[in-house]
Amino acid sequence: MSEIEEPAGTAPRRVIGTPSPAPVAVDTQEKPAEPPLITDPTDKAHASRAERLVAALFVLAFLAGCGFIAAYVALEVGQSNIPAGANAVDAVFRSNLALGLALSVVLLALGTGSIIWVRHLTPNIEIAEARHELKSAAKDRAAFKSEFADGAAVSQVTKRPLLRRTLLLATAPLALAPLVLLRDLGPLPGTALRYTVWRKGLRAVTLGALNPLRPGDFQPGSMITVIPEGYQDDDNALAKAGVILIKLEPGQLNFPNRYNGSTLIASMNWTIDNSLVAYSKICTHVGCPVALYEQTTHHILCPCHQSTFDATNGAWVIFGPAARPLPQLPLMVDSDGYLAAASDFPQPVGPSFWERG
Amino acid sequence: MSDEAVKIPKALDGVGGWLDDRFHGARGVRVLMRKVFPDHWTFMLGEIALWSFVILLLTGTFLALFFVPSTQPVVYHGSYAKLNGITMSQAYASTLNISFDVRGGLLIRQIHHWAADMFMVAIMAHMLRVFFTGAYRKPREVNWLIGIVLFTLGMLEGLFGYSLPDDQLSGAGLRIFEGVLQGIPIVGTYLAFFLFGGEFPGSAIVPRMYIIHVFLIPGLILALITAHLFIMFWQKHTQMPGLGNTEKNVTGQPFWPYFLLKGQAWFFFIFGLLAVLSTFAQINPVWLYGPYTPLAISSASQPDWYMGILEGALRIMPSWEINFLGHTLTLSVLIPFAVPLGIIFTGAALWPFFEQWATGDRSEHHINDRPRNAPARTGTGVAAICFYGILWAEGANDVLADRFDVPLYTITWIARIAVFVVPIGAYFVTKRICLGLQRHDESLLTHGVEIGIIKQLPDGGFVEEERPLTPAERAVVAAKKVPAALPAPGEPDANGVPAPASRGVMGWARGVANRAFTETVLPPDGHGNGHGDGHEALGQPEHAAVGAGEPAESGEHDGEEH
Repeated sequence: MSEIEEPAGTAPRRVIGTPSPAPVAVDTQEKPAEPPLITDPTDKAHASRAERLVAALFVLAFLAGCGFIAAYVALEVGQSNIPAGANAVDAVFRSNLALGLALSVVLLALGTGSIIWVRHLTPNIEIAEARHELKSAAKDRAAFKSEFADGAAVSQVTKRPLLRRTLLLATAPLALAPLVLLRDLGPLPGTALRYTVWRKGLRAVTLGALNPLRPGDFQPGSMITVIPEGYQDDDNALAKAGVILIKLEPGQLNFPNRYNGSTLIASMNWTIDNSLVAYSKICTHVGCPVALYEQTTHHILCPCHQSTFDATNGAWVIFGPAARPLPQLPLMVDSDGYLAAASDFPQPVGPSFWERG
Repeated sequence: MSDEAVKIPKALDGVGGWLDDRFHGARGVRVLMRKVFPDHWTFMLGEIALWSFVILLLTGTFLALFFVPSTQPVVYHGSYAKLNGITMSQAYASTLNISFDVRGGLLIRQIHHWAADMFMVAIMAHMLRVFFTGAYRKPREVNWLIGIVLFTLGMLEGLFGYSLPDDQLSGAGLRIFEGVLQGIPIVGTYLAFFLFGGEFPGSAIVPRMYIIHVFLIPGLILALITAHLFIMFWQKHTQMPGLGNTEKNVTGQPFWPYFLLKGQAWFFFIFGLLAVLSTFAQINPVWLYGPYTPLAISSASQPDWYMGILEGALRIMPSWEINFLGHTLTLSVLIPFAVPLGIIFTGAALWPFFEQWATGDRSEHHINDRPRNAPARTGTGVAAICFYGILWAEGANDVLADRFDVPLYTITWIARIAVFVVPIGAYFVTKRICLGLQRHDESLLTHGVEIGIIKQLPDGGFVEEERPLTPAERAVVAAKKVPAALPAPGEPDANGVPAPASRGVMGWARGVANRAFTETVLPPDGHGNGHGDGHEALGQPEHAAVGAGEPAESGEHDGEEH
């Protein structure tokens, strides 16, 4: 078939291929044509110089190797092993420099020595090895096919479909078993991604110092990261519940109520005094903390992929790959005058997922 | 064998005999000793990857003796005073311990990290060499596919490896990885929950990554490298065009002792280079990043270089997301995750078969092409490099904006346009350069090499002296092989009937691809130096058109002719 399609491409190959019925001659291991490997280089003086150079490099490698061991023994690291008052970091860098330098010299001297050896001490010869088409001879292929077919016939597998099908049937659950076994790797997602630990009345405290905040603590233009009180050691909770509080000049914050379907997702009513607003700190793109806030433009920037959100406008996306605004956390002031959540986020925080809708 | 035969020591002879009695090895190992290794610098690129992998196994084993793959919180009281008293995971604490309290620990850690970067660089360079020289062609397609799988596994292995220390930088990377997993339609949320054992970050991910990083993926890589080397051995090396190199032989130096010495030298050089880098060029100083906490991030966070393309693809995307029937398809994550690498890896995997389809060439190839002699392939390769390179550079757009004082959004917009425009332009420019170099080759073959001596003719004109190519030079330059042209779509063949394969959309596509692959520069005299096989026989009109550019060119040359 291919001969019909491509007469030009295939024909010459066959012409060359067919009149060589003597691959036996090429294949013979006892072929005398292989050039002997001559052991001695022709230029003896040059060879001696190369030999001395290689030997010197190997001696250098030996000395550097000894230096490595010496440096290991002599240069201690770790605060408890070095003299009191010495800097442990300096000790490590000193050790790293000495060990690394010694190791580098050992390896490079060995490499250089080896390459001079092979370039200048061994004769530069080139030999050719015959290559054969990888395809098996036609008779070998035919023999393979017939033996395979014979085996299949003997096994009865072709004649007894019942055996064949029940065998397949028997292995199917076994093949699924490893997948089934992976089920307990984790819980099902359920609605976990829809909720955070924020709830009505849960106070917002600063990250790190864990101080509760009053609306009066803020200067216009300031931005601070807060977390739900009592969850400072719960990384899973924090990974979703981190919030940025932004205080703006009165009148700067201005956005309409926004709905996702029938769910209210952003509202001026959730701010304090129309000037203090809370947004999720978790980027709606792939979940990095949105950490950069530019006071003059009121832009919130995610340093990972530069999604940019407008703080004055419900954290609307103005640039970058994030597709949704940062969810707004409804704020309230509790009976003691501290800032707290008025509810959980009205929509899931963080990256999108299939079931989000 | 030689004028001064080496006497084999009795002990060695005895051991050899003992082994041969049991394994019948003398004949086979003798063949191995004389196995030919062609000598060309580009053939050492794959070896860099091999030796880097060996170094990774050695250094990784050392690190595993000290590393604790656990997110169990501990209060740090080690030698790095700045983090004293800080609560951190055992993974991070033990990484600090390796760096500051184990002698040589920092050196080995840095060699391990540098070797991983080197491993990936070497695989990529090796793949580019194989691509641009056409070394993936029959019979080596399977090894090409293995190479692509190795590169993919290397990316995953590297990602999991540098995420193990649980530092701030890699933790942010893991968070992105988890966010991307969630973006996969239908199964994404489940994948993320099963891999992380629940919500991010959880406590399961570090030990899970650890076993994948130290056992599962290295095992796969080792098995695939073994297969890769065995196939290379079995099929024998390709070779570059040269005097005496044919499709029926492979020339070079034997394994014993030449390649053994060279391979040993190369191993020491690579290990030495890694040691130099690890001594003087600090890499991944995790103690500066601090332990991972979910609400901290640093700007200018970049992953290791081989993940840069994914990072850039994420940064370049506009904010596309589709909501329908209560589901979310988050294209601004899905497209960057799947499309660029999908194009590159799938394209690379299909390429050998595409080329076979387009050229109709089903024969074995053991002599590599010079890149200029395959303009369509070389153009495609350069286009792919540009595509990859732009996305990769965009992965550091914040650094670029900072260094070059260009607004960040401007850089992203440039990249958004360039990623489409530049590869297409690069394809055509590269193809023209290739054809220009072919023209130069033709002039070398017909006129020879200009040797810098100007002669004045009796009539006052000047000519430059030329010498003919040496046989060795001629063997390289004349090695051009152009695939045979297929009949143009719908064009009647010798029997007056359009070939069935040239009909329909696929036939048309094949015709277009075929013309790209067969585009070449014909010799000025129009009848080839024995390497324009089959063109005239097929009377391909498109070729005549390409060739038609030639007379003007050769006309210039004619003017210079004596």
